Amino acid sequence: MLTIDNILETNRMITENKLDVRTITMGISLRDCAHPNITQFCQNVYDKITTSAEFLVKTGEDIEAEYGIPIINKRVSVTPIAIAAEACKTDSFVPVAEAMDRAAKEIGINFIGGFSALVEKGFTPGDRTLIKSIPEALATTDFVCSSVNVGSTKAGINMDAVREMGEVIKRAAELTRDRDAIACAKLVVFANAPGDNPFMAGAFHGVSEADKVVSVGVSGPGVVKHALEDLKGADFTAVAERIKRTAFKITRVGQLVACEASRRLGVPFGIIDLSLAPTPAVGDSVAHILEEMGIESCGAPGTTAALALLNDAVKKGGLMASSHVGGLSGAFIPVSEDKGMIDAAARGSLSLEKLEAMTCVCSVGLDMIAVAGDVSAATLSGIIADEAAIGMINNKTTAVRLIPVPGKKPGDTVEFGGLLGYCPVMPVRNQWSSEAFVARGGRIPAPVRSLTN
Amino acid sequence: MKIVITIIGKDRVGIIATFSAILAENNVNIVSINQNIMDGFFNMVMLAEASDDKIKLAGLQKIMKEKGEEMSLEVKVQHADIFTAMHRI
Repeated sequence: MLTIDNILETNRMITENKLDVRTITMGISLRDCAHPNITQFCQNVYDKITTSAEFLVKTGEDIEAEYGIPIINKRVSVTPIAIAAEACKTDSFVPVAEAMDRAAKEIGINFIGGFSALVEKGFTPGDRTLIKSIPEALATTDFVCSSVNVGSTKAGINMDAVREMGEVIKRAAELTRDRDAIACAKLVVFANAPGDNPFMAGAFHGVSEADKVVSVGVSGPGVVKHALEDLKGADFTAVAERIKRTAFKITRVGQLVACEASRRLGVPFGIIDLSLAPTPAVGDSVAHILEEMGIESCGAPGTTAALALLNDAVKKGGLMASSHVGGLSGAFIPVSEDKGMIDAAARGSLSLEKLEAMTCVCSVGLDMIAVAGDVSAATLSGIIADEAAIGMINNKTTAVRLIPVPGKKPGDTVEFGGLLGYCPVMPVRNQWSSEAFVARGGRIPAPVRSLTN
Repeated sequence: MKIVITIIGKDRVGIIATFSAILAENNVNIVSINQNIMDGFFNMVMLAEASDDKIKLAGLQKIMKEKGEEMSLEVKVQHADIFTAMHRI
């Protein structure tokens, strides 16, 4: 029997602590859309997306109303376009991105992911065409998100791809210089990218997935922070226990929503991604959880340990609450999408180097960080290589989503709008060059820990 | 279908009477009511059961919400599964 306290606790989480389901993402395979004629291929892609996800938004809204839990985003991820469009006889995949964008607008979603390539070991002609098309594709569309996987624990790091991605980020920034380089906010460079991640901008529908799946990303940093507020001075065992209990409750809501969405859409349930995904809104910050643990300002010594505890406790608590856990699962540390991170970066306690250390223990990587427009492609590639190395050696997903904003200098503020937020431009140690290192190219061999058989 | 109704707002005569009548008209049976007045504010949590499984929750939500706005009350009608999912293993 439910108690009054149970009911009030749940509703307080929703109204005061901003508990929400961050996204219902439908993964759609485009493997059956292949066609040598690109116009026909684009039509196939458009038709498959708009018929498969026709009722996605309506279903999300119905569940939101019935249970009284906000479901912020409804999104679609597709098979990496480099694979799906490989058979097209063309030198540009920009028309595919445009078809994806049209489909997204038709069904009313706010992002579509999968303009992607998986090149950790090498390139096919389709991979090359896709990577070449990324800057224009992101500049000419509104909702298309792109990702490229350049490294993995099993395959090592493709340093040619790392070098190219530095240049691709710079070109994407240049093409959208009038919009604060917004194209770069829709582009993620991964190592160990999961094929079932429902969160943008890195979502794509992995090649080993079913034809269609529904996955759910939960959120709730505000709820975790609130739960820790009456534990001032308590030891870390108590802190970890409280986070686990809270993560369990949050994830149970995600599981309920995922099962309902799967049933109503007639599409199999994929996974729950039990992530703490912040937003720029007050009371929805991962940095504020770390500060609640006793760090005066995020980035001060102790931050990495606090984040490690948080990330681990979230997983432990959420695991039992869901039948299938996957995706990125952990705590996100984007800068521009987190009020606490934005403030910490502005007051100087949080540096790019500290963020890099934090990515060893968080769920992803260097995320939504604005840097000066004059940061070179080679420096960006150096940062990507460092991040991919952390992922490769530690057998975890890492990613880089950096935005070199043309005309901006460290200390300036950049406004992306909406969930993407705003942030100060952060300084990079680029007075020393990475040029000769990045120019080598080739592959960094897979680490010894890849040999597990 | 089990539903949870929460009503919060400034106290006045006839809140429970008004909303009970709407529930009765929609064939919804009240299972339990917990209500108190704190500092002149009315707080109520009601567990109810819709006997007819075909009842459209969205329709009931609309009627209850509109009545709530008329009386300056915040009214929430939710499927009870969200609470059982969160608080029961």
